[in-house]
Amino acid sequence: MKWFKRVKEGILTSTQEKKEIPDGLWWQCPSCKEKVTSKELQANLGVCPKCGHHDRIGSQEYFELLFDDGQFQELNANMSSADPLHFIDTKAYPDRLVAAQKSTKLRDAVRTAQGKIGGHGAVVACMDFDFIGGSMGSVVGEKISRGIDCAIKNRLGMIIISKSGGARMMEAAFSLMQMAKTSAKLALLAEAKLPYISVLTDPTTGGVTASYAMLGDVNLAEPNALIGFAGPRVIKETIKKDLPAGFQRSEFLLEHGLVDVIVERAALKPTISNLLCMMKVTKKKKREAKEETAQA
Amino acid sequence: MAEYVLDFEKDIVVLEAQIAKMKEKEGADDNEAIAREIAGMEKRLDKIRAEVYANLSGWQKVQVSRHPDRPYTLDYIEHIFTDFIELHGDRLGFDDKAIVGGWAKLDGQPVMLIGHQKGKNTKTRQYRNFGMANPEGYRKALRLMKMAEKFDRPVITMIDTPGAYPGLEAEERGQGEAIARNLREMAVLKVPIVCVVIGEGASGGALGIGVGDRVLMMENTWYSVISPESCSSILWRNWDNKEIAAEALNLTADKMLANGLIDGIIKEPLGGAHADHEKTYKLVKAELKRHIKELKDIEPDQLVMLRIDKFSHMGHFQEG
Repeated sequence: MKWFKRVKEGILTSTQEKKEIPDGLWWQCPSCKEKVTSKELQANLGVCPKCGHHDRIGSQEYFELLFDDGQFQELNANMSSADPLHFIDTKAYPDRLVAAQKSTKLRDAVRTAQGKIGGHGAVVACMDFDFIGGSMGSVVGEKISRGIDCAIKNRLGMIIISKSGGARMMEAAFSLMQMAKTSAKLALLAEAKLPYISVLTDPTTGGVTASYAMLGDVNLAEPNALIGFAGPRVIKETIKKDLPAGFQRSEFLLEHGLVDVIVERAALKPTISNLLCMMKVTKKKKREAKEETAQA
Repeated sequence: MAEYVLDFEKDIVVLEAQIAKMKEKEGADDNEAIAREIAGMEKRLDKIRAEVYANLSGWQKVQVSRHPDRPYTLDYIEHIFTDFIELHGDRLGFDDKAIVGGWAKLDGQPVMLIGHQKGKNTKTRQYRNFGMANPEGYRKALRLMKMAEKFDRPVITMIDTPGAYPGLEAEERGQGEAIARNLREMAVLKVPIVCVVIGEGASGGALGIGVGDRVLMMENTWYSVISPESCSSILWRNWDNKEIAAEALNLTADKMLANGLIDGIIKEPLGGAHADHEKTYKLVKAELKRHIKELKDIEPDQLVMLRIDKFSHMGHFQEG
């Protein structure tokens, strides 16, 4: 029998889990609570060595992971957001942008680059969640559109790594129209018979899911990533029921026919490289596509 | 008195009721003095309507756009078009009641009509899921658009939705994928597409049938990436800032046009579409005919190029 009985429920964290870790040196896996050094985590591509939890990484890490010898040429690197609507909520939008740029050392929520993956020429667009939740505003839409233009012009494969909470509210309808713009460009890419591989990572929701993220010839997903149109909280409030375990996770989407393959981060490059090889345009198709472009 | 009264329309509704009463009296007495009084009151009514409607705030326009007496898609179909044949189903197992569509004639000219549909009472509102479509709605819409392309007929879409349905099954069946596919396919559809926001234009749920050569908004409607209420709840973490959010989002027809995000505005009768249905139908019909006429002789490839070009230029950013 216990001498002191806890009256209220709720404090269940064991002492070991509560231990605080200084930032930057150690990383604790949010899934299995394993502690590893940041260096170890980095060497393992941001994946927990014990349980395989895929932690969020940024565009720089993905570019280094995917491009041969880590060599790539960044496209439209000097583009940044304007404030067309003079949007102010609890903070002015330009102040939010400056703060995000300072803390992330990024210009906006996507970077695009051209290079080779396993010898195949490709344009990669990669979103950064740390920049205002990876939200899609005009810069994200424009950089992805120009990336697709570049792929069409140079006959390259297109890869978009999505990681976003959705549209950027501070750009309102400008942000909404980026969905139409990027999807239209992907239609042109498809007409040029060039491959598009969409990589869905944690999290991919809202307007990004309802545009380029779901339009891949092949949709790849990292394990256990949250992927959906509506956020789980909104769905829960709407249907007034608890959501089933694993709802809107990669494995759930695979089961429902919405993604093709779940790929561990370590296997991302060989998988993409293999796919680019399979989907390389044959000479005949290339000729046809060229004729079509010439006619247009 | 009208069942549904917006707070800023109270004076209008009171005066309307007074006029109705006077008219009853007039019918009984046939008095010239009463007739004169009625005429005076009607003049005053027009004046109040003009004043109220000239100065509507963003949030007030959102309220007008949701007025339950506004015409919905099937009302426009009934009063503007003839020979409507509703077509059902996505051919993948479902038929969404929140999006309707089918062949119809616009002054003898066959067109494919597609639109969100809301209900008019508790029962039909539920039946129509409040105009919130599931993936099958977008898939049905795409099937009909492809059919229009096959037979070389223009597509008209009517947008009126508080958003695509955020439900469990909607996610299972790929809500995001269904909308995304429509955006891509509409961009390259080889027939003219005219889209009209007739009420609410909420986010991806609206855009899913909204990629057109002409995107028009009726005068008292809204179109944006999120509703003012949800915007308030996310950015301010409460529902009280919806008025501020409505202004900040620049979601009204005039602001959307000024920002180059739509192609035109369809005027509404004085006092809004709910005040005079017949006049509303006339105004909408005239605009639809005008735009289709402008588009019908453009070569299909040129049409697609112009459409993609238009959306490609949307966005504000800086370089350097």
